[in-house]
Amino acid sequence: MKCQHCEKPATFHITELTEPNGPSVLHLCEEHARTFLSNEGTATPASALSSMLAKQLKIEKEAEEIATVDKKTCPICGITFADFRKGGRLGCAYDYVAFEEGLEPLLVNIHGALQHMGKVPTNQTGSPERQHRLMQLKVEMKEAIEKEDYETASRLRDKISAVESGDESSWSEETVEDLDDDFQSDPPIA
Amino acid sequence: MKLEELANQSSEWMRGQGPESDIVMSSRIRLARNLSEFPFIRKCTPKDRIDIAASVHRALDSLPLSADSEYVDVAKLGDLDRQFLMERQLISHELSESQGARAVILDPNERFSIMVNEEDHLRLQVMQSGLDLEAAWQRMDQLDNQLESKLTYSFNKRLGYLTACPTNVGTGLRVSVMLHLPALVATKQIEKVFRALNKINVAVRGLFGEGSQFMGDFYQISNQTTLGKNELALVAKVREVVPRLINYERKAREFLVSENRQDLHDNVSRALGILCTAKKISSEETMHYLSKVRMGVNLGLIADVKIPTVNKLFIHTQPAHLQKLCGHKLSVTDRNIERANYLQLHLTKRPESEIN
Repeated sequence: MKCQHCEKPATFHITELTEPNGPSVLHLCEEHARTFLSNEGTATPASALSSMLAKQLKIEKEAEEIATVDKKTCPICGITFADFRKGGRLGCAYDYVAFEEGLEPLLVNIHGALQHMGKVPTNQTGSPERQHRLMQLKVEMKEAIEKEDYETASRLRDKISAVESGDESSWSEETVEDLDDDFQSDPPIA
Repeated sequence: MKLEELANQSSEWMRGQGPESDIVMSSRIRLARNLSEFPFIRKCTPKDRIDIAASVHRALDSLPLSADSEYVDVAKLGDLDRQFLMERQLISHELSESQGARAVILDPNERFSIMVNEEDHLRLQVMQSGLDLEAAWQRMDQLDNQLESKLTYSFNKRLGYLTACPTNVGTGLRVSVMLHLPALVATKQIEKVFRALNKINVAVRGLFGEGSQFMGDFYQISNQTTLGKNELALVAKVREVVPRLINYERKAREFLVSENRQDLHDNVSRALGILCTAKKISSEETMHYLSKVRMGVNLGLIADVKIPTVNKLFIHTQPAHLQKLCGHKLSVTDRNIERANYLQLHLTKRPESEIN
C-alpha cells in the first residue's frame, strides 16, 4: 500500500479517533507519519489525549530510531544501513562493525545466535577492525605529511607497516605507543 | 582441459554411486569466503574484481591443488559454455549472468569447484556422489586450509567469516543433500514433508537451486543457519534429517507397490516407452518421464536400463549439453528433435552393447 501523500510504501497505519466525523484511518510513509504525528501533538484538544499522545510519541521515537540507524554510514565503503536494507548485500566487512546496532536484531532473527562457534583461520589478520585501523593510520599519515610533520609521518608509517605485517601487539597496546609519543615530544637533540 | 571433454563424462554428483544412492543423488558442501583487503562485491570497482581474480589465481598457482585443476575465465566464455557449466552445477546462475571479471576453478573429476567474484569473493564447493557428508566436509576443510595459507580471509572472532549477505555469516557453510523423491510426490505427501523441514530450519529447493521448479522430483535440502554452531554440528543437523526422508520415500514406494503393482508397473513402463519412441520432446517432459523410469529401475520394475545411464540422461538432455554434444547451436525445435534422438539411442541400447 502506498502513502496517501506520496509514492513511498505506507508503513504507518493510524486510526484517528478525534476527527469530528468519527474515526478515520490514515496510511502514511515514515516521513509523512512523523510530520502528521508532530502536528497532531499540538493541534489536538488537551482533554482527549493523555494516553494517545504517549503512544504517538513512542511511535515517533521508534520511527526516529529507525531513521538514525538507517542513516549510519560505513566509514570504509560509504554505504548507509538504508542502502543495505534496500539491496540486501553489505558493502564491506567493516559494515558488520559500523552497522552493529542495526544488524544484531537481524542476525538473531536469521540465526538465533550472535557468536561464531566454528572454524578459525590460522591467519587472523583479516579482521575488519584492523582494516579500519589501517585506514585511520593512513589518513593520519597523509595529514601529517600535508602539515610537513615528517617525524609523526614516519612514526605512523612504521605503525602502518607493523599492522600490515600482522604484528598486532604494536598497535593494540596503545600504552607503549603513548609512552613513545611522550618521549618523542621532547625536542630532539640537534 | 576442454569443456567438451567434460560433456562426455559423468559429473561426480550424477554418478549415482555411494551410500543410499537410489534416493540420495549427491552430497554438496559450500563455503563463502571474502578477501580482507577488498570491499564486498557490490562495492568492487572493475579493477577490484580483476585484482581479486588475479590474487586468487596467483594463490592457486602456488598450491598443490593447481596441478590437477583448471582456472576458467568466465567473462571470456560464450553463453552456451556458461549455461553448460550451470547445468553441471559447477557455476551458479549469479556467476554466469553477472558482469566484470569472474572465474571458476574446476577439478577435472568435478569433485570441487571454486567460484571467484560471485556473491562473495570466493565460493568453494565440494561434491560427492551419494550420501557422504562427512567425507565431503573433510575434503572441503582441506581445500579451505590450502587456500587460507595463501589468502587473508575477512574474519572476526565474534561473527566468524564475514560475508556479503548476513544469512551466510559465521561458518559461511551450506550443507546440502540432493534427493530423488518421486513416490512422495506421487502420493502427495511432499508438501507435508516441506512444512516439517521448515519448522526445524532445514531449507528445501528444487534441482537447480533457489527459485527453480522442482524438476524431475529432485529436491535439495540444506541448513538455513550458519552462525552459532560449528561446521560439524551443521553437517550433523542436515545429516540426521536424511535417513528420515529416505525412510518416508521408501514407505511411499512400498505403498505404491502394494496398492497396485500393476498400475505402477504400467506407469513407469509407459514413461520409458515415450522416452524411447518420441520424435520431439521438451526438457521438462524428459525430466518428468526420466524420474518415473529412475524409480521403476530402482524398484526392479524396469530391467534393461541402468541407473548411471538414467542419471547421465538427466544432465545430457539439458539444452546446453545437447548443443555441446552435437557440436553446434540448435533452435528450440531442433533441440527437441535432437533430444528425442539422443534418448532413443541411449535407452534402447541393449545391455551387452552398453558394456562394450
